[in-house]
Amino acid sequence: MAGDLPRANLQPLTLHVPEPRFRPGDAVDFVDIDVPPAGSAPRPDTADRPDSFAPLAYTLIRVLDDDGQAVGPWNPRLSPDALRKMLRSMALVRAFDERMFRAQRQGKTSFYMKCTGEEAIAVAAAHALDYEDMCFPSYRQQGLLIARGWSLVDMMNQIYSNKGDRLQGKQLPIMYSVKEAGFFSISGNLTTQYPQAVGWAMASAAKGDTRIAATWCGEGSTAEGDFHSACTFASVYRAPVIFNVVNNQWAISSFSGFAGAESTTFAARAIGYGIAGLRVDGNDALAVYAATAWAAERARTNQGPTLIEHFTYRAEGHSTSDDPGQYRSAGEPNAWPLGDPIKRLRDHLIAIGEWDEERHAAQDLELAEMVKAAQKEAEKNGILGHGLHQPLDSLFDGVFEEMPWHLREQQAQMIAEETASGRPWALK
Amino acid sequence: MNMIQAINSAMDVMMDRDPDIVVMGEDVGYFGGVFRATAGLQAKYGKQRVFDTPITECGIIGVAVGMGAYGLRPVPEIQFADYIYPALDQLVSEAARLRYRSNGEFTAPITVRSPFGGGIFGGQTHSQSPEGIFTHVSGVKTVIPSTPYDAKGLLIAAIEDNDPTIFFEPKRIYNGPFDGHWDKPTQNWSQHPAGEVPTGYYKIDLGKAKIVRAGEALTVLAYGTMVHVALAVMTEAGVDAEVIDLRTLVPLDIETIAASVQKTGRCMIVHEATRTSGFGAELSAQVQERCFYHLEAPIERVTGFDTPYPHSLEWAYFPGPVRIGEALKKIMKDA
Repeated sequence: MAGDLPRANLQPLTLHVPEPRFRPGDAVDFVDIDVPPAGSAPRPDTADRPDSFAPLAYTLIRVLDDDGQAVGPWNPRLSPDALRKMLRSMALVRAFDERMFRAQRQGKTSFYMKCTGEEAIAVAAAHALDYEDMCFPSYRQQGLLIARGWSLVDMMNQIYSNKGDRLQGKQLPIMYSVKEAGFFSISGNLTTQYPQAVGWAMASAAKGDTRIAATWCGEGSTAEGDFHSACTFASVYRAPVIFNVVNNQWAISSFSGFAGAESTTFAARAIGYGIAGLRVDGNDALAVYAATAWAAERARTNQGPTLIEHFTYRAEGHSTSDDPGQYRSAGEPNAWPLGDPIKRLRDHLIAIGEWDEERHAAQDLELAEMVKAAQKEAEKNGILGHGLHQPLDSLFDGVFEEMPWHLREQQAQMIAEETASGRPWALK
Repeated sequence: MNMIQAINSAMDVMMDRDPDIVVMGEDVGYFGGVFRATAGLQAKYGKQRVFDTPITECGIIGVAVGMGAYGLRPVPEIQFADYIYPALDQLVSEAARLRYRSNGEFTAPITVRSPFGGGIFGGQTHSQSPEGIFTHVSGVKTVIPSTPYDAKGLLIAAIEDNDPTIFFEPKRIYNGPFDGHWDKPTQNWSQHPAGEVPTGYYKIDLGKAKIVRAGEALTVLAYGTMVHVALAVMTEAGVDAEVIDLRTLVPLDIETIAASVQKTGRCMIVHEATRTSGFGAELSAQVQERCFYHLEAPIERVTGFDTPYPHSLEWAYFPGPVRIGEALKKIMKDA
């Protein structure tokens, strides 16, 4: 201790426990969120000194301004066709989410998670990456699969755990796995995909391949130890990987302050690791596209990893099992200063004379019909709870490459039990 | 060869055969490993295939899983089994489940090498035997050799295996077999027949136990260091024991075990790990279920105590000749 020095005047310590600004019933005013003007962030060359990127971790890279114009050095100057394609993918993600959320409410599946308000993040990234680049998503990047043109019916089969389910009913709904589309098997354990993406990228580099990896987690999940180990590995080996942190302000009921957002940005985390860190308006599809393209170029030229914080807002509940009305103000989604990503891209296309409200409304109708048709098709393969969709004995498949004796024994036991039980599915 | 050299040779042989094999871990690269198990590999195969890692076990295994998903066959090292716990989530939730949860789309053909076990005054964090944690996880295999010959053959089989494998190396017997007499000088592997190790490729199939000594009086089930300790005690006691080295814990060679106990009518299980919920409990249950009508005495478990591994009281903790001897008297009482 400090010897004989008098210590009587010390004030008692206090523990700071973060508290979000708005709780249920509160009026919402996001005026304290600093939204820099579109076009104000500089766009350095990826070959510049890494310390020159530091300011980008504390600003917001924005391309679409309030008048719907694309401005500034990060404007990716995409063709109207590319913009329309991106808009269509985002709208399709939203239509898919609406339909599957309703399917859960109708009891056709046990669970679903929407990404409403975050559609730009996965969709624009998918457009900026090569199809062969490997994605290690969390559970809220369904937009990657949809933007890569993957079959909606196949996705729904997984959600229904039906007989068309490529995962044979082994996984909780939305934990997709589509190797063909460069979409790594989703795990329920948060951020485990981060070091895995680094490993994949390191393997690609060690083999002299040209493919890169990209991974996503939420801001809440950055608190996991795997986030730190992934950043360390990526930095040490200059792995060709893109880290995406989707800062949607909420980790179930915990606001981003519980992941450290009160003191710094998530992009700034990158600086300490010697990783390039970009902070992007996550509701601006063009900014997400441009940042991803910049990070991809950096990775492809062996200059190392980039961390992109996508500043956005989780517009709806965490999942079908969540009621955000219990912990945050209902006014938040509408007050969000960065708006809605689909509406902003739509307005941009209209502003440049490449789209109009009628076409947009018609497209929404068309996409809703398309999703509905896919749903009908998927439901032909069954929905959850309507009998047994997978062969009984498949329960034991894939634990190991070859089934060891103890699993064969348990498999035989189960088949005998089910057969004797008289349960209807066992008799099929 | 001693066991270190045999393990080194297994990696050398396999890296030579398969360009997709990579070796990684703390201090494994330039330095060649704190136990020298990876000595010379970086110089021979280059830094792209043999490299040092940051000190982060969850990172080492997580990265290995990602490399496996790419198509490589990583052989990560965890410096001591006592330090494998930070990687548990990656091992249990990821490596072990990847094939199952992706219905075979992605696999984790990784072999995690890690020195384990006590008897070296390693204290609490350089002596543990955490095999029971992994045998409880569906989707991983657990392998533990007891000789240089087996270590090489089993490690080659583990590296070739397409499932994730935990390969625990009993560091007490890296240099020579240990019979439990800590107060007497130990042999080197050069004086032991199992120290004869071919320099080329061979493998020992996973899931096959080895009858180290055939006998009629009782069956002793052991693995790792305890094979040698149990064998010495049985020999010194002049008991006609059948000593079985399990070699692979999952999948277990139940046929060899059951046939032996049905023949002898008695079963002793010996492991260093703590007793409660240790792998011995599973062995005891399996033997009881399969050999109930052949058993002439209760199954005996000789294990470490349910305490953290002590430093100064190591030889009171270690299930050595005294404790095994007492169990032997009990199990043979009415013989």
